[in-house]
Amino acid sequence: MIYREAGDFKTSYRADGQTFPIRLDRWGYYAVLAVAFGIIPFVINDYWANAVLVPFLIYAIAALGLNILTGYAGQVSLGTGGFMAVGAYAVYKLMTSFPDVSILIHILLAGGITAGVGVLFGLPSLRIKGFYLAVATLAAQFFLVWLFNKVPWFYNYSASGQITAPTREVLGFAVTGPATSAPAKYLVCLVLAFLLAWVARNLTRGSIGRKWMAIRDMDIAAEIIGVDPLRAKLSAFAVSSFFIGIAGALLFAVYLGAAEVGEAFGINKSFLVLFMIIIGGLGSIFGSFAGAAFMVLLPVLLKNVLVGNLGWPTDLAAHIELMIVGALIVTFLIVEPHGLARLWRLTKEKLRLWPFPH
Amino acid sequence: MDQFVFAAEVVLNGLMTGVMYALVALGFVLIFKASGVFNYAQGVLALFAAMTLVSIQNGQVPFAHLINAALGTQIHHFGWTVPAALAIALTALVMVGLAFLIEKLVLQHLVGQEPIILFMATIGLAYFLEGLGDVMWGADIKTLDVGLPQGISDGIEAATAQWFGYGFFIDRLDLWATLIAVLLVAALVAFAQYTKQGRAMRAVADDHQAALSVGISLRFIWVMVWSIAGFVALVAGIMWGTKSGVQFSLSLIALKALPVLMLGGFTSIPGAIVGGLIIGVGEKLFEFTIGPMVGGATETWFAYVLALIFLVFRPQGLFGERIIERV
Repeated sequence: MIYREAGDFKTSYRADGQTFPIRLDRWGYYAVLAVAFGIIPFVINDYWANAVLVPFLIYAIAALGLNILTGYAGQVSLGTGGFMAVGAYAVYKLMTSFPDVSILIHILLAGGITAGVGVLFGLPSLRIKGFYLAVATLAAQFFLVWLFNKVPWFYNYSASGQITAPTREVLGFAVTGPATSAPAKYLVCLVLAFLLAWVARNLTRGSIGRKWMAIRDMDIAAEIIGVDPLRAKLSAFAVSSFFIGIAGALLFAVYLGAAEVGEAFGINKSFLVLFMIIIGGLGSIFGSFAGAAFMVLLPVLLKNVLVGNLGWPTDLAAHIELMIVGALIVTFLIVEPHGLARLWRLTKEKLRLWPFPH
Repeated sequence: MDQFVFAAEVVLNGLMTGVMYALVALGFVLIFKASGVFNYAQGVLALFAAMTLVSIQNGQVPFAHLINAALGTQIHHFGWTVPAALAIALTALVMVGLAFLIEKLVLQHLVGQEPIILFMATIGLAYFLEGLGDVMWGADIKTLDVGLPQGISDGIEAATAQWFGYGFFIDRLDLWATLIAVLLVAALVAFAQYTKQGRAMRAVADDHQAALSVGISLRFIWVMVWSIAGFVALVAGIMWGTKSGVQFSLSLIALKALPVLMLGGFTSIPGAIVGGLIIGVGEKLFEFTIGPMVGGATETWFAYVLALIFLVFRPQGLFGERIIERV
């Protein structure tokens, strides 16, 4: 009875184009923001920040990025891990080379650098399509990881080959380095995730987003109606890599603190983010968040149940987790190829008609 | 002269490695041709097959780890060992059963979906099988020995030492792998050309609907193709497993079959072989010549970059069907 657009008459284009046309949705959105910004920072502790919220926000950014490329522009990429590594190493080099500049600027710059690299590896997409492209992006993944492993300049010639984030502050609070408090980590990631989601939402519903979708649905037809495939594809690669680069920078600088490229940004990261957008929903902003939440929470949940409650060994739990993730992916693709976002939309449709379904 | 002889040895070894890549790539091509599914799980199938083979040989109890954890028991082995030939036959049976289950539980429900959805489903399948293999047989590195000869081939070393004054190091296992691969390909080609089922398979590959309309059962063909792919995976698993131990990295080696396929073209069996040879020789030569200058370990990415560059000039690969786009 409440969830209804009845009485919501639009009198301007502005009102017509709003993101949340239904009042309850809008309030819900504001409520989530209020809780996220106003309450959680004061009650968050280290466990929740490190196990759930910070990785969730960071992976949500990465999933947004990949979703722009794969979900909106239709270019399948398996190079996410490599691009995240670019973001991480870029922010590391910037942090250590220019210690006086704000870390936030460094993170954004790292995103920009990753965007450049993304465009470079996106160039073949003009000739290569579908699976061929997916495999071609593996070249980015393996080459970049190898590069960061073998060229000592990238890790400042450290003996271990690892990169370690030095302490940097924003407004007097440490956001990177060992002394970072849980609320600081959380807030940095939250602000960036919020801003980037806002950008993604507005890009995808604007002219450029429509061009991406036209290319995704049928590239030749899109070309005929005047979409330049070169620009559309490369801009998708650039924007997507920008997001993924920022996610990589945050993952390294804020979340992990220290990273070794093969371990932190291996091919498994690429698949993890790909799974997030499949489970969440291809071509959906909400889906990116839902998928990230799902894939971050699932291991935590399984670990708590299998290791905590049943007392099984951790390695067995990890293997069972693999099985469950794999089975879930297949099940999702069979039952609902459009992911959690579609389920959410169906629920809303039902809610709208409730309690009179006909 | 010395450099030249070294390079020749590198090329020979590269050819042998290429054969091994081609062996994995074959499984991909078979499934792709018959069902249009790009089967990412092929590598994990090889790993799974090898794990099953070793464990059956050693008489390991399936799911021992899980049972012990759940019931608090301490069982690990049945206490017998199975001869290699019987174990291989049993593993082949397991792979056929697996193919049947995959068709029944996964593919059947995804008929008519977009290829990219099918591809992602096989990634999910790969994760599942990887977890299943570990839960069933344990994740420790296993040594596989089915009686294939290993170690340096003395005959070749002696002969080359006589000709060039430098004995080539060629692993006997690689020679055997080459021989078995040749036999396998010959058998597959004969099967596809001269048997009823083989013809049906080619018909399905050509056009699903037309094949259905002349009374070919799609489901039977798919189970058959996945079984054959499972068998090819078993052969590849035996070779790679004997060479470098049965462990997770086996499925990454299989990932390298992807650039092999891109070079050769997804739909061509000769393409898979030629592609495998090019990649095998290419990466070994590159590592030999350029590798020392840039810090080595170029084998991890060379195949992918080569395929990427190659594809820009010829998007359908060497022997692939021409991609024709219509609006």
